[in-house]
Amino acid sequence: MGDEPLVRWDWIWRNWDTGRPDSILALLESHVVMAFLPVLFGLLLALPLGLASARWRWLYQPTVSVMNVVYSLPSIAVFIVMLAVTGLGQATVIVPLTFYSLAILIPAVVDGLTSIPDHVRKSAVAMGFTPLRRLVRVELPLAVPVVLAGLRVATVSSISLVSVGALIGQGGLGYLFIDGWQRQFTTPIVVGVVATVLLAVIADGLLVLAQRLLTPWRRA
Amino acid sequence: MNWLIDFFSNPANWSGPGGIPVRLLEHLEFSVVALLMAAAVAIPLGLWAGHTGRGSLVVVVSANAARALPTLGILVLVVLIVGVGSTWPVLIPLVLLAVPPILVNTYEGVRGVDPDLRDAAYGMGLRGPQVLFRVKVPVALPLMLLGLRLAAIQVVATATVAAYVGLGGLGRFIMDGLATKNYTITIGGAFLVVVLALAAQAGFTLLSRVAVSPGVRRAR
Repeated sequence: MGDEPLVRWDWIWRNWDTGRPDSILALLESHVVMAFLPVLFGLLLALPLGLASARWRWLYQPTVSVMNVVYSLPSIAVFIVMLAVTGLGQATVIVPLTFYSLAILIPAVVDGLTSIPDHVRKSAVAMGFTPLRRLVRVELPLAVPVVLAGLRVATVSSISLVSVGALIGQGGLGYLFIDGWQRQFTTPIVVGVVATVLLAVIADGLLVLAQRLLTPWRRA
Repeated sequence: MNWLIDFFSNPANWSGPGGIPVRLLEHLEFSVVALLMAAAVAIPLGLWAGHTGRGSLVVVVSANAARALPTLGILVLVVLIVGVGSTWPVLIPLVLLAVPPILVNTYEGVRGVDPDLRDAAYGMGLRGPQVLFRVKVPVALPLMLLGLRLAAIQVVATATVAAYVGLGGLGRFIMDGLATKNYTITIGGAFLVVVLALAAQAGFTLLSRVAVSPGVRRAR
């Protein structure tokens, strides 16, 4: 390494917002898009799939087995296979990450719904709740803590996984790792790691806040 | 499918220092060593935090933050700082990847042991460490093994990035195929990684069948 410092601060200021797609701000922006859309899509898909698996128990085991296989696919390989399907674009990263999010979220939704005590369900029936109203007003709110725990893991993993996409040219902040490695220059790498972790910590904090707002009875 | 047949039927892919058996062993070596190192750190820490209830906030927060660390970024940073040439730089990001699931599940498993069970053990005259190792660990074992299994899958799938900085393992096939646009090799390498990850998963499922006490299994 010689006399080269770990971080050159002037490089950060110069590259913060140059208006080009490889400025730190632009990379951060595409990173956010590629990390959050998969979690959002994953949640939207996991809710119906999780509901179905909780309702018809025989569906659960096959679903989980498939998701376990998905989870063990190396992300870089999936990105490459996706290249053939979607071409080079953000979708190449977003689609596989949606499946990784699903692999985390489906078990979370099912666990959340099955963790509801039977007497609560029966009380809701006795009070005259129709199945749909019971689901929306009683079961889903009570499943929120478990689902949100899964959502936190999915969000943080997604944020950290996006950077692997840099190997195929779509990695948000991951570009900084490739750039730093090719130029043997540590500053961009440190910036990328720190920005990724900060992004994850902020997102995680927001989800914790959301949980507090969505489950007011837990604060009592 | 044809790509897979091409890859596996080509004798050149089977022999020599870059052949499938050698790469497979390298991959296994990274993965097993990283997993053992992570377990050596995470299991004692999780047992201690779960048993004493101390440091639980630190465990949960640091495990979540560690999940956010981008493996590729950590890898290129470590290699730039210490230099290429040895295997151990790749172990650092893999260990960081494997610690959170093991730590969190060990901690949750030990902490989640029924208090009645714990009190009964103390009532029978067992001391602190005896309660931990004879009662709490057997009860927490399914969750601990789940953590190890998740860590193993992630490590096996992620060890592929080692190839990016010029190290061996099955990632070599993926990266070399990508670099030379020879996607047969890439797909073949990815397939081997998935098979290895699924084998790890099957191994841990089998282990939990054998290691978990029948009494604990029935209660679930």
